[in-house]
Amino acid sequence: MKSYDVVIIGGGPAGLAAAISSKKNGIDSILILERDKELGGILNQCIHNGFGLHTFKEELTGPEYAARFIEQVKELNIEYELNTMVMDISPDKVVTAMNRTEGLFEIKAKAIVLAMGCRERSRGALNIPGYRPAGIFSAGTAQRLVNIEGYMPGREVVILGSGDIGLIMARRMTFEGAKVKVVAELMPYSGGLKRNIVQCLDDYGIPLKLSHTVLDIKGKKRLEGITLAEVDSKGKPIPGTEEYYSCDTLLLSVGLVPENEISRGMGVEMNPITSGPNVNESLETSIEGVFACGNVLHVHDLVDFVSEEATTAGKNAAIYVKNGKERKSEGHEIMLNPIDGVRYTVPKNINVQRMDDSITVRFRVGGVYKNCYVSAYFDDERVIRRKRPVVAPGEMEEIKLTKEQLLKYPDLKTITVKIEEA
Amino acid sequence: MYDVIIIGGGVSGAASARELSRYKVKACVIEKEEDVCCGTSKANSAIAHAGYDAEPGSLMAKLNVRGNEMMEQLSKDLDFPFKRNGSLVVCLNEKDMPSLQELYKKGLANGVKGLRILTKEEVKEMEPNIVDNMYAALYAPSAGIVCPFNLNIALAENANANGIEFKFNTEVLDIKKIDEGFELYTNNGVIKTKYVVNAAGVYADKFHNMVSENKIHITARKGEYCLLDKSAGEHVSSTIFTLPNEFGKGVLVAPTVHGNLLVGPTADDIENKEGTNTTREGLDKVISQSALNVNNIPMRQVITSFAGLRAHEDGHEFIIGEVSDAKGFIDCAGIESPGLTSCPAIGEMVANILKEKLGLEENPDFVGTRKGILNPNTLSKEERIALIKEKPEYGNIICRCEMITEGEIIDAIRRPIGAKSLDGVKRRTRAGMGRCQAGFCSPRTMEILSRELGVSMFEITKSGGNSKIVVGTNKDTL
Repeated sequence: MKSYDVVIIGGGPAGLAAAISSKKNGIDSILILERDKELGGILNQCIHNGFGLHTFKEELTGPEYAARFIEQVKELNIEYELNTMVMDISPDKVVTAMNRTEGLFEIKAKAIVLAMGCRERSRGALNIPGYRPAGIFSAGTAQRLVNIEGYMPGREVVILGSGDIGLIMARRMTFEGAKVKVVAELMPYSGGLKRNIVQCLDDYGIPLKLSHTVLDIKGKKRLEGITLAEVDSKGKPIPGTEEYYSCDTLLLSVGLVPENEISRGMGVEMNPITSGPNVNESLETSIEGVFACGNVLHVHDLVDFVSEEATTAGKNAAIYVKNGKERKSEGHEIMLNPIDGVRYTVPKNINVQRMDDSITVRFRVGGVYKNCYVSAYFDDERVIRRKRPVVAPGEMEEIKLTKEQLLKYPDLKTITVKIEEA
Repeated sequence: MYDVIIIGGGVSGAASARELSRYKVKACVIEKEEDVCCGTSKANSAIAHAGYDAEPGSLMAKLNVRGNEMMEQLSKDLDFPFKRNGSLVVCLNEKDMPSLQELYKKGLANGVKGLRILTKEEVKEMEPNIVDNMYAALYAPSAGIVCPFNLNIALAENANANGIEFKFNTEVLDIKKIDEGFELYTNNGVIKTKYVVNAAGVYADKFHNMVSENKIHITARKGEYCLLDKSAGEHVSSTIFTLPNEFGKGVLVAPTVHGNLLVGPTADDIENKEGTNTTREGLDKVISQSALNVNNIPMRQVITSFAGLRAHEDGHEFIIGEVSDAKGFIDCAGIESPGLTSCPAIGEMVANILKEKLGLEENPDFVGTRKGILNPNTLSKEERIALIKEKPEYGNIICRCEMITEGEIIDAIRRPIGAKSLDGVKRRTRAGMGRCQAGFCSPRTMEILSRELGVSMFEITKSGGNSKIVVGTNKDTL
């Protein structure tokens, strides 16, 4: 059986940055396993720009952003296997993988970084009634057909869901000659970034209908049209608001789901809110030496933050390999407690001794709050209170904690993160 | 001139064809869709009923019990998934016990083996997720679950291997009686045949009424379902029925033979025989009624919903036999539940009628077995490595959710009566049937279909006809 110090599951942005980070932190024996025919993951089909503003202080396309990391992986002589599917991982870190050339094979790892990314929610998960014709695509599937393969999935398009991929695809389909009639969003607010609403919808005169959903799908073989309706505050369609749109294409951008079948299979403890693993300050899961980063951990808006998170995971995987049981682990564990509008935090707990000088705690909120405060209470004492003009579910929020700050509270048990309205 | 034309490639038609292939006969199945298993046979509860529902003495009762008995051996001969998981009819309160007793007695009269009425405690031990406020249940150990697609496809493939022809995309528009038999007017020309088997599902009344003055009437009775992820597949182990009412057997909760959880169906009579759309009301009803018998069904795990149409004949009985005023025209009509269960027995009955009428001789070359598409997950590690070494396409995962390889998809396309569309591949291999519902694999499966069938990507369909997936190339209209 082959063995490596660090095995990274997935060669997308998270896997690439984690591998580079492990290497830079002194590990030479690294293997990236990628199921697609090239490295880069979903970035390869994200040919629009806007990537890398935080990381490189410039605007790159998805493939350009990926290329910067792929080049480093190659320069650093990090091994990778393409077209290779990880079938499962045992709790003692034996990875079973499969490809055309080697068949079914096992790899023993000292540390594992889970970086499998996410998948799109499907029509089925929404239980949208109607027929089941051709012409209904998740936005990412349509993006692949158009951007990678050059095929038009249709001519007249309705988009359900205002997630970022849906917004990007509204613009892309317009560029490629399709008519995008409307983007409908079930919630009273968009699920995507503000800048995407402006640059992808407003600039092209594509209407965004908030609090709307698809009520019916018509067309037995190929989609012929859909009925939209307004929904009330409970998400129930309001009778009399039905509106029919003839269209041959319905794109769905209704959420992303971390792909954790392998994590579950190996017994990693999961967070029901994020559908990703619970992790500590080192981005280590409930299984020692198994780390997670990127969209498999929680769904991100910006790849820059994925890269940053993966750098942390890769570094900690390296530390784990080098120090193993000798790793600093004694001492002070602090739990993070998300309440009052804060849906979850990554990480879930912090070991003060083991943490870096500072840590970014990332989270999402459950609704739109204006002129509010993001607050953190160290047990009962409010220590952080940051004014925010607006927070929304579509944009990930963060607070920063420093080691110096936490060391001042030797008895601290819980940090409560919440939204306080002004 | 054919000896026999079978109209319809659903389970009734395919089972009739397969049983008929035991004899020397020139026969053909004609199907208006691009594949077998495109109507009622593809959208149902996927259940092999034990046989206690049907009226004692009815054809339905007889063929149900016989079909259930035949199913196990057939599944081995034709290599399709079938499992006897047992069923429970849940009685929620004491006052309904007479109805449960009635069902038990009907079952005994129909010859259903192993029936027992279980106490609440016995039921809860067997199925901890059944609701607490229940009274008793009728347990039928012979009930089973089956893959309806592979049952149908296996029957068709085996029939074809034994000499029965299949014509797809061929819709019968009219039928004329001639001296030697019948002329079938189709969109693909006129077909002459001595005998016709009318296995046209919800359209069987239309064809019957073309040749007979004794009109029959079939109502499309819609059943809507929700299918849940495999993570919910162990919520129950047996099939959980509610006490039947006038519209049928009510909403059931059942594991599928592939490990998903299925809830449904509703029962609504509709006018449109193509009305396989789901509705908000229907899906809401599935959700609320399934909760009557089973606790905490994780409806957030729904991966798809669908609707099927039962071919409900006014008399609620299978009509199988020669039409009295149309000699040579064999009805196989009104095949609603338990039609899937009964299909092996239906095929046997239809073939026996034709054997008698035509005086058919045995087909000495008949081979009653068929190998299904190889599922590499059933192999040992060593076998799998050897397989990939010989055929590397079995090392290439196309459908990540169901872990289906390129090798399986190629097999599905290349075999006789092979897949021609995404849905055809899906029904044969399960590629695209998992939790992402083909979001990831459909472009890849399209490429394989395009390559294997030698057609362009623009010709690839979801389900034949006009169900094209891509309509052009980027900027082609600009």
